[in-house]
Amino acid sequence: MTLDLSNYADLMRALSPESLLTILAMLVLVIVAWRHRTVTDLRIAGWATLVSLGATAAVVWWLWWNTASVEGIAQMIAVDDFRFVTDWIFLGAAALTVLFSFRYLEREQLLAPEYYPLLLFAVLGMMLIGGGEDLMVIFLGLELMSISVYVLAGFNRRSPRAAEAALKYFLLGAFASAFLLYGIALIYGATGTTNLSFIGVQVQTLGVAHMPLFLIGVGLLLVGFGFKVAAVPFHMWAPDVYDGAPTPITGFMATGVKAAAFAALFRVVIESLGDAGGWHLIISGLAVATMIGGNLIALAQRSVKRMLAYSSVAHAGYLLVAVVSGSSGSAAFIFYLVAYGITTIAAFALLAAKGKGGESDVRIDDLSGLSTSRPWLSLALTVAMLSLLGFPGTAGFMGKWYILVAALSQGHTGLAIVLVLTSVASAGYYLPVVMAMYMKPATHAEAHTSMVLDGLGRATLAVAVAAILWFGVAPDRLFDLSRTSGASLHAAPAMALDAPAPAPATAAPEATTAR
Amino acid sequence: MTYDAWILPALLVWPLMGAALLYLAPASRSKVLALVVSVIEFGISVPLWWRFAPAAGMQFAVDWAWIPAWGIRFHLGLDGISLFMVLLTTFLVPLSVLGSWTYITKRERGFYALLLVLTTGMLGVFVSLDLFLFYVMWEVMLIPMYFIIGIWGGDNRIYAAIKFFIYTFLGSLLMLVAILGLYLHAAKATGTYSFDYDFLLANGTHLGPAAFWFFAAFFLAFAIKVPMFPLHTWLPDAHVEAPTAGSVILAGVLLKMGTYGFLRFALPFFPQVAMNPTIVAVVVTLSVIGIIYGGLVAMVQPDFKKLVAYSSVAHLGFVMLGIWALTLQSVQGALLVMINHGISTGALFFLAGMLYERRHTRLLDAFGGLARVVPLLAAALTIASLSSVGLPGTNGFIGEFLILIGAFKTYPVAAIISTTGVIVAAMYLLPALQKIIYNPLTKAENQKLLDLSPRELIVLVPLLAAIVWIGVYPRPFLSRMEPAAQHLIDTVRPQTTTAVR
Repeated sequence: MTLDLSNYADLMRALSPESLLTILAMLVLVIVAWRHRTVTDLRIAGWATLVSLGATAAVVWWLWWNTASVEGIAQMIAVDDFRFVTDWIFLGAAALTVLFSFRYLEREQLLAPEYYPLLLFAVLGMMLIGGGEDLMVIFLGLELMSISVYVLAGFNRRSPRAAEAALKYFLLGAFASAFLLYGIALIYGATGTTNLSFIGVQVQTLGVAHMPLFLIGVGLLLVGFGFKVAAVPFHMWAPDVYDGAPTPITGFMATGVKAAAFAALFRVVIESLGDAGGWHLIISGLAVATMIGGNLIALAQRSVKRMLAYSSVAHAGYLLVAVVSGSSGSAAFIFYLVAYGITTIAAFALLAAKGKGGESDVRIDDLSGLSTSRPWLSLALTVAMLSLLGFPGTAGFMGKWYILVAALSQGHTGLAIVLVLTSVASAGYYLPVVMAMYMKPATHAEAHTSMVLDGLGRATLAVAVAAILWFGVAPDRLFDLSRTSGASLHAAPAMALDAPAPAPATAAPEATTAR
Repeated sequence: MTYDAWILPALLVWPLMGAALLYLAPASRSKVLALVVSVIEFGISVPLWWRFAPAAGMQFAVDWAWIPAWGIRFHLGLDGISLFMVLLTTFLVPLSVLGSWTYITKRERGFYALLLVLTTGMLGVFVSLDLFLFYVMWEVMLIPMYFIIGIWGGDNRIYAAIKFFIYTFLGSLLMLVAILGLYLHAAKATGTYSFDYDFLLANGTHLGPAAFWFFAAFFLAFAIKVPMFPLHTWLPDAHVEAPTAGSVILAGVLLKMGTYGFLRFALPFFPQVAMNPTIVAVVVTLSVIGIIYGGLVAMVQPDFKKLVAYSSVAHLGFVMLGIWALTLQSVQGALLVMINHGISTGALFFLAGMLYERRHTRLLDAFGGLARVVPLLAAALTIASLSSVGLPGTNGFIGEFLILIGAFKTYPVAAIISTTGVIVAAMYLLPALQKIIYNPLTKAENQKLLDLSPRELIVLVPLLAAIVWIGVYPRPFLSRMEPAAQHLIDTVRPQTTTAVR
């Protein structure tokens, strides 16, 4: 199915998942406005959300199945496998979050069903970010997502920590948005367009990459993305926000929100920047700082939630290595995102099951002796920790392996070595969790009686753990999927464009400076 | 299907199925079931001894697609180097189960299940002919051992477990980068993406300066495992804290994975680097230091288990010397010491565990005069110790003698210094023996000790028999390993005829 986006009907087709999700999210909002008092109402909203996510996923699948593509250069919204697969990742992360939220919200007495429509709007924003073919669409999606997540972070309004988290996230997030917008403005100033492919053509043919205006714009853009993905040194907000937010939302932020920002970063880097300018160098530097910083600070954490927060910073570093590897990294990126997403949400779900009244107080030592009273939950958490560590037999290993292949095949040996060395360091904080559960005695007999997971949560967890192990042993299908969708992301060929007639390029291409 | 076609996959799958079986059966039956599973495993591996054709190179091969997109295959095979490691593993596992019968009292099911998973991991390392598969197996065996030390170990077990894990993990991840480097290099040269051992071996030449770094990464991973001085510090902790079966497996099999790695990967892949005079000087020096230092440190240990642990550093130093001397005798000797060390050190660790179960201490000074109270145990201890010292007539003598003869041809000075290592071995083991079983019987606690039970005899007798068998008639072993050793030397030598001297 080839779509001509200047045609209104085709544009509607291209946007059908987003349109449907908008309508459904509004509907859920209406339901919630009407019924928002009891636990039953909360459950209705939850199921309605799951149905909405499922329906949207089905529409994405329909486009995918019909191999939808765009005639010529995509305007505003991309129609490629990369968009579809990232949409699925966002929808899947949201669905897992909802499944783990049912019991959590009831237990924590957060009987406000607005939680669910907010989640849906956040997903809508992510889908626009992942599919945005225009810097303005990406920015709008980013804002829609961020504003929803600001509210979700502070959802437990009785807790001062949640309020702190929300305010901090809001202030720094707004700051980051400003950077991003300023960057977009400067890039527009340099190129006269906000369309990613047109920018890419200008970079390739007109030598825009040398203009200070453009370079500053790219720099500001990277700072903005750096904030959103929590790369060191722009990570300061992450641990406090992750700590204060409701635990399922923390899991959602660590996977979905991060994935969305990364997807946009990938699209911008590959479609617009190509090999131009010094972005390789900047992102390499960010990656090294993020891997080292995230892992080293995580070593010092005693609270499980903060440890996981810093670990997600460290994982952003690994993903940045995939970004540096360019188009061969995009497949690795998708694979890693799936592996890391499932694992992280499972880990946060287990954490949510453990704590009552502020999980931030669950310390690693509080898990002591868990294996004797909760053998299956301990096993699940062990698998999650090993997958985060990147141990063979788990999806996390295949993901890390894939990033290593991408980085080494592009000649980034230094980054690969930093990646493996910091992975060794990460054993120093993932293993103590395993150690506490299996090798230390429980502090008292009743230590873990409060840790329960409802049937739905247990089933979801079992599926997640099975998926982690399955992708660790038989990653072939997921690998093929990642490869084809990663390959769909490429710079527009300069010839195919009726772009403004290229002025004779004076500057010699400076393509390989960053290598 | 013929035996040759299914035996290797069966050896890998059966322990895993056994581990699953343990969870289906009642917990009280775990150890019986684990014993049955491991005895069957040993039983089906025994015919390998006869079916193995020494001159045929790699055999019993299996080559299935696993992850085609990356050219990863499930490729297994066995040659004269791995044959003995596989048999040693399947031989030691049932004995370890039997040796843990009364030692392991808590969470039995988990312990035996992990021991079986560990078996799969260890065998996988020895039979993998795909570097990716090898890496996965190399890591997979880490987790069961980590739990075995960490859950069932002594007082300081958590420290020992994490130290063991981090040391090994550091080395192996750098090896992963090197494996990937080899893979990408060969792919760039030929256009084929494959982790196959033979393919990488054929296309891994002309690496240029990268060869040194790849070698260094492999070297680090294997040297930590061996362990070579000065990377050995995890070993005494792990050995002392591990439960008996853990120590036996650790010393008997896990350490051999390091030397096996040198024989299988590091030397054939990077002959020029490995035989570079500077590298040779460093490795031989470190091996000799290991031999002497391990012995000297063992001499001052008050704890019997720690003594045996340091003696491992010395024994493995001999193996490294034998490998790097690269003559037929020395390589055969190295292979033989790998087997011998598994048997005699295994026996010593079992005996240390038996003493500990009786007295709840391993301090040498706590014993004395046991020969009169527990004559069978004392006799077993004597034989095992003499084998470890390398007394003629025991297996220990043959292996070390071959290494020293072989090494004398290439590195006479190193061989002469190492010979004193044999004397040092007598200087730490014989006094220990004296303190435990001779000396006057002064302590009241030692007067009423029970002698070996039938179960303990069943554990020890096969090991002692093997000690004598190899000591008296090593021919069947040597003839089976000779072609493989010669092949290794031929692979490494031709490119380095000028480099060595």
